[in-house]
Amino acid sequence: MEQEYVLSMQNITKIYKDGFVANKNIDFSVRKGDIHGLVGENGAGKSTLMKVLFGQELPETGKIFFKGEEVNISSPLAALKLGIGMVHQHFMLVPSLTVAENMVFGMEPTKGGLFDFKEAVRLTEEVAQKYGLPIDPNMKIRDLYVGQKQRVEILKMLLRNVEVLILDEPTAVLTPQETQELFVQLVKLKEQGYTIIFISHKLGEIKQICDRLTVLRDGCSIQTVDVDSVTEQDISRMMVGRNAVNSLVKTPPKIGQVKLRVKRLNYFNGFGKHVLQNVSFQVRGGEILGIAGIEGNGQREISEMITGIDSIQSGEILVNGTCVKGKSVREIREMGVAHISEDRMTYGAAAEASIEQNLISDRFYKKQYQRGQILNKKVIQRTSRELIKSFTIKCDGGSAPVKTLSGGNIQKVVAAREFSQSPQVMVANQPTRGIDVGASELIREKLIALRDEGAAVLLISADMGELREVSDSLIVLCNGKIVAYFETVEGLSENELGEYMLGLKEQTPEEIGRCFQ
Amino acid sequence: MESVLGYIFSTEFIIAILRMSTPLILCSMGVLLVRNSGVVCIAFESMMLAAALGGVLGSAYSRSLLVGLLCGIALSVLFAMLFGFFVLVLKANNMLVSLALNTLGSGGTVFILFAFTGDRGSSTSIQSLQFPTVNIPVIQDIPILGNILSGHNILTYVALVSVPVVYLILMKSPLGLRIRAVGENKNAAESLGTSAMKTQFVALFIAGIFAGLAGMYMSMAYVSAFTQDMIAGRGFIAIAAQNLGGFMPIPTLIWSLVFGASNAIANAFQAINMPPEFLQMFPYFSTVLGLMLVGMSINQQEKKKAAEIEEKSKLADACEGNG
Repeated sequence: MEQEYVLSMQNITKIYKDGFVANKNIDFSVRKGDIHGLVGENGAGKSTLMKVLFGQELPETGKIFFKGEEVNISSPLAALKLGIGMVHQHFMLVPSLTVAENMVFGMEPTKGGLFDFKEAVRLTEEVAQKYGLPIDPNMKIRDLYVGQKQRVEILKMLLRNVEVLILDEPTAVLTPQETQELFVQLVKLKEQGYTIIFISHKLGEIKQICDRLTVLRDGCSIQTVDVDSVTEQDISRMMVGRNAVNSLVKTPPKIGQVKLRVKRLNYFNGFGKHVLQNVSFQVRGGEILGIAGIEGNGQREISEMITGIDSIQSGEILVNGTCVKGKSVREIREMGVAHISEDRMTYGAAAEASIEQNLISDRFYKKQYQRGQILNKKVIQRTSRELIKSFTIKCDGGSAPVKTLSGGNIQKVVAAREFSQSPQVMVANQPTRGIDVGASELIREKLIALRDEGAAVLLISADMGELREVSDSLIVLCNGKIVAYFETVEGLSENELGEYMLGLKEQTPEEIGRCFQ
Repeated sequence: MESVLGYIFSTEFIIAILRMSTPLILCSMGVLLVRNSGVVCIAFESMMLAAALGGVLGSAYSRSLLVGLLCGIALSVLFAMLFGFFVLVLKANNMLVSLALNTLGSGGTVFILFAFTGDRGSSTSIQSLQFPTVNIPVIQDIPILGNILSGHNILTYVALVSVPVVYLILMKSPLGLRIRAVGENKNAAESLGTSAMKTQFVALFIAGIFAGLAGMYMSMAYVSAFTQDMIAGRGFIAIAAQNLGGFMPIPTLIWSLVFGASNAIANAFQAINMPPEFLQMFPYFSTVLGLMLVGMSINQQEKKKAAEIEEKSKLADACEGNG
């Protein structure tokens, strides 16, 4: 049975300015009315291919056919005019504006030359009602939940009468409950004749919602198949080119002394929002405490206050019994605190600096790295050679600028520096976000090895799989409060975790109190 | 001293404030539009200076105020577009480009003045036209109020009207929505086909017009000729005013009036034999003071908030201790 292809990309090659070939002769076709999965590991070229389709990147070669005709998509506006819309992984919304203003942006209704806000509200309500995706048009974007923001993004595209909707890893930021809600919405849209391209690397989701799928690997299109004809194992094999990786080996924890104590932490951000409310917990040596929660629920503030990047407004943080309040980042590091920041390119690494410079940036001032008043090049080179080897950083030697590396390798540079100072307390904030499977595995193994050496590890992550795999115990943050504590992660389901993350459930103060004695 | 106090409580003082504030209001309205579009530009000094000369030359040689006006605006817009070309298109550093343009404006205007008139210091050898003052019928006959409201230069009225106009543009028009969106999240705007660069150029263009009016006010209303470096930092004070005003039109107007007032006070003190060098420091000193006070009050608020939290958590601690 030959069904009509609404969209067909042929022979697409995209080479970035730095010479990185993101897409190699990719053919990609989508049938009308399908939910089409686009899967692959990070860096496989999924996002690039969709950026080409949405006119954000211009390909070196290749043709795009839309409804049987060859089209030239030179800008997002051209894509939107054709009826191709995209919901980006990082929301394209203006936080201080209202939902309605964001909705009509670029096609604003006017009355007498001025922006007609009432009409914008009416348009928003109309499209929201038509597709059964309710939203309050008068709310400011910054006051919305992640799921609602995503809904605004989808509505924004529907308002522009798109027929093909690209969703770039839409579930990466959602809880299981929100994900299911999204899926219901997507199925509704599909029934109304919309074509949806669904980018993901979560196989379960692909199996659940997609009709067909295309697998990309290393910038090449591997195969396009009907979802029903393959198993998750098959897809996984196509994605990584080998059998699924073994899970981590982990021995039971040998719990030692309390090394990190966080007591009654409160934090108000610049907008006066109470970001952290009486947060108390402790991490003992030989233990990995996970912090689960949707991003933006106070995780960043906790890690930045422990590591001294942000100052403590109220409350106490003790490292081995010593208060860190008022201490500089270097003083805190000398107390044995290491930090893998969630913001790799701001706090993790200096993009323009070399790998060597990044590796010694926490220790260059120490005697052994100097000769007289000058940096000792030999020692530095030897140290970085060793670290590059033991962390398998793929590079052209230690003098290459960090920005020439892939995301996973940059994170390995950060990890190499942080792990090699043999820390007492490790604060790892989203250590494996957006990096490839190999680098993720390495970092998780190192975290567990560090724990086995007796260090206290605080693992903040939005990846529930990672939390369940790596952590020994777990707390859940919601709206800046600890809403649950699990002494062990065994038997804990993602669904249950999701309910706590969304604030649907909350443990009693006594149960939560166990994480801080 | 008494004469100074008497002056401060007189209608002349209010008139002087408006006179001093006019260029600051006009220029700062332009600055805040540019700032809202996410561009930091400090080349307004040169835009004003270029327009001040352009207006004088244009009107003196054509004997038409309109031609002078257009010449002045064309020159300041040219400087604004140069800034946009270097910073937005060629991605040069905004501070360095501003610095270069300000230096170019300072030297370039003297060069052009010399080329046209043979004088280096001022344009007194040619006869520039002036912007007229406006007497509002009926209102001018009201005692006291008539003196305050009527009889100002036309550009002063333009400056006052520009505040609500800029407010409408920024907060109520599609263009303003785009300017604010581009300034806050460029990618969001681009993803819907609004070119960030185009929007920023439009903001710079409008700002060039405002800076042009402000510059011409200096040479064709405030005084009647162009003199070397006559803007004397007003382009920078306007930037400070919109900064303190949080990039919003009404607060920016208020801060422009505050700086205008400090200028007027400085002039008043000249009557009682203060050294003029000391008085010339006054407006700039008040700018620094203003920036300092606002910075301190923000700090104070944060400290107060932190202290409140400390208090609250102590209370909570105590309760727990009892329970």
